[in-house]
Amino acid sequence: MSDEYEHKLEAKSDYVGDASSVSTPDIDSVPKAELPDQELYHSHSWWTTYVFSQDAKYIGIQYALTAIGTGLLGLVLSWLMRIQLAFPGLGWLEPTAYYQFVTMHGMIMVVYLLTALFLGGFGNLLIPLMCGARDMAFPYVNMLSYWAFVVAVLVLLASFFVPGGPTGAGWTLYPPQAITAGTPGYNGGIILMLISLILFVAGFTMGGLNYIITVLQLRARGMTLMRLPLTIWGIFTATVLAMFAFPALLVGCLMMTLDSLLGTSFFMPAMVSLGEKLTYEGGSPILFQHLFWFFGHPEVYIVALPAFGIVSDLLSVHSRKTIFGYRMMVWAIVGIGALSFFVWAHHMYVSGMNPWFGFFFATTTLIIAVPTAIKVYNWILTLWRGNIQLSLPMLFSLGFIVTFLNGGLTGLFLGNVTVDVPLSDTYFVVAHFHMVMGIAPILVIFGAIYHWYPLITGRMMNETLGKIHFWITFIGSYAIYFPMHYQGFVGVPRRYFEIYDSPYIDTSTLLLNKFITIAVLIVGAAQLLFLYNLFASARLGKKSEKNPWKANSLEWQTPQMPPEHGNWGKELPKVYRWPYDFSVPGAKEDYIPQNQPPSEIIGAKVEKT
Amino acid sequence: MSDSSLENLPKGWKSVPSDLGSDQTTFKGVQWGKAMMWIFLLSDTFIFSCFLISYMKGRASTVVDWPNTSQVFSLDFMGVPVPLLLIAIMTFVLITSSGTMALAVKYGYEKNRKMCGWFIVATALGGLTFVGMQAYEWSKLIHEGVRPWSNPFGAGQFGSYFFMITGFHGTHVSIGVIFLFIFARKVFRGDFDTGRRGFFTTMKSDYVSIEILGLYWHFVDLVWVFIFAFFYLW
Repeated sequence: MSDEYEHKLEAKSDYVGDASSVSTPDIDSVPKAELPDQELYHSHSWWTTYVFSQDAKYIGIQYALTAIGTGLLGLVLSWLMRIQLAFPGLGWLEPTAYYQFVTMHGMIMVVYLLTALFLGGFGNLLIPLMCGARDMAFPYVNMLSYWAFVVAVLVLLASFFVPGGPTGAGWTLYPPQAITAGTPGYNGGIILMLISLILFVAGFTMGGLNYIITVLQLRARGMTLMRLPLTIWGIFTATVLAMFAFPALLVGCLMMTLDSLLGTSFFMPAMVSLGEKLTYEGGSPILFQHLFWFFGHPEVYIVALPAFGIVSDLLSVHSRKTIFGYRMMVWAIVGIGALSFFVWAHHMYVSGMNPWFGFFFATTTLIIAVPTAIKVYNWILTLWRGNIQLSLPMLFSLGFIVTFLNGGLTGLFLGNVTVDVPLSDTYFVVAHFHMVMGIAPILVIFGAIYHWYPLITGRMMNETLGKIHFWITFIGSYAIYFPMHYQGFVGVPRRYFEIYDSPYIDTSTLLLNKFITIAVLIVGAAQLLFLYNLFASARLGKKSEKNPWKANSLEWQTPQMPPEHGNWGKELPKVYRWPYDFSVPGAKEDYIPQNQPPSEIIGAKVEKT
Repeated sequence: MSDSSLENLPKGWKSVPSDLGSDQTTFKGVQWGKAMMWIFLLSDTFIFSCFLISYMKGRASTVVDWPNTSQVFSLDFMGVPVPLLLIAIMTFVLITSSGTMALAVKYGYEKNRKMCGWFIVATALGGLTFVGMQAYEWSKLIHEGVRPWSNPFGAGQFGSYFFMITGFHGTHVSIGVIFLFIFARKVFRGDFDTGRRGFFTTMKSDYVSIEILGLYWHFVDLVWVFIFAFFYLW
């Protein structure tokens, strides 16, 4: 231990190449290449270049566009629900439609937008580039992964067109109601939903294997795990979580499909429905809840960890400062990932568990607050006395910190059994999870898109439009979700399609519902501005210089920008340091890219990484 | 990474921090496909664990008694019902096929095309026999009235879990058998010696693929041991 400490002290005062060592050629040496250069697939036709592409960058963009397109549907559904809630007398939506929209909105946003965009989109785009690889390890499997995702989305959308419409069981799909008469889509939509999820898991597994192997086995010379950008740590850990969490969802979906189609009773107890005794007997509905949440809770972190990683990089680059506590950040990501497998039943406090289980799961849940708080402190300390640039990515990152903190604090309320029980199934829960895993990751996604857009298109997005987009989105989200906390406290239940004047509902709720709906419509409209900016800037945007944000990580150091097929031209990059050497004393520039040889930065007082 | 530089690396526990702290690759000298198969199998382990844990939970909470498995799974041999006879044979065949697979991998690395190919064929035939006997077992139980939703012997969940878990495992075996036959053809054609490019992936073939397929096959066998223990012996 003390040896290590001394070694660190020595490292801190390590001037790269003081006069005596300049002459020695060893200063720029990195370990020898272990593997021959990766053999690439070269496309020969329009179809294999743009449609069945095997280039991770294209696949990433395909994933992102498909996910955003599906997410737009989720956004429109939320408008329709909010209009119904604000004007209950209007008869805008049938109760059936309301429940179907709740369900589809939830499932689309969590799985088909956030998971697909972070891992499929950013994962594919950034993992090979940031690790210094030419492509993913298995480009063909990667292509299959994307197309399996497309089929999953199509099957999901098809459920809008089957008799009975999509399922209205809520995104948690709890049996027995999910497959029992009375729930919308109980014999058609639910089947398509389950099949779509099974396809998604299959597709994701193919992609996930690629991400894991690429990070572990395809890094550039000199790129150690502890020199990886935190973005990669976040995406990598989230992928590992997904590989172990999705199996539970797959099994749950398969069993419910059999319950519905074959009449097995895995999850179905004996029931009377519409005055008739059903043939089901002896199944356990709680079993499904366990399977679902064994997937469902890690899923929260599958969405959050990439956001944590990306935001760390954005904060560091745009405040021109070393990330505070890099190693702590890495261990926090890994720790949160590991803990996330031991907290799932905190979603089930009211489903009739042994109270001792509640005690156990409340404890593990609250322990997660420790690494999470470390991360928030470190973000703030990264900003501390930094040269903060209020660029678009920075604005969104700052928005993220506040929003995540907010959502995290309400999580402390809900993690405690005694507080959770009265708050369960109220708008407080809705506000909590939208803040923490809806708005917070979405803000990071926006920041990341503004940040990496030049890498994809070679042009910058419009700054003014972006700022309007940011302020409306940021303030608007608070206008939407702050009142919901209050509504939860006064006991407004969630998933009611109509909340009208009654002795049981505080009258303030009715007015707030109108207010929230107006905010929703404005925030939604601002997203159209973003979409316009996204597509128009590809042609009209200002041409970006190479490495416009003066970042250190490898994706900006490719010979061409945007990077071409194979990313690195003739020679793969060599990595000499971590990606966070900003404002290093003694250096000519305020940034030192990871692949700049030490002989070019003589005199800079870099930390040894 | 050449083998000589591999030998210079730390051994045993010391290799863990050294490999994790190194650049380029974490699993030194391990081919990408092989590392991928290990991680896939880890994920697949979670699937089968979920199945088996669900089964235990389901079995523990049924309202009707679970059928007597040694009675249900018995086979008449010369007029005497012998419990677990068929399953014992099936298990024996599947475990044996694991042995032939290991030999195929060995001969593959020795570039002994003929022996390697025939052992893969033997493995595939073993898998096919297993699937065939499973089909026989399924049809026998179906004849006796066992259905996914009910059965004459006890709790309805018996049939549900039985058909789902053995079906899922049987699908794994069948997929393995298909790949074994494809690989046997590749071996006999000499793809792994000439480095012929894959039809779909356009990547060069290598004998390591046989080991990767072997990993999958051993996993499928190992899972069967657990299914056998939890489903038939309990």
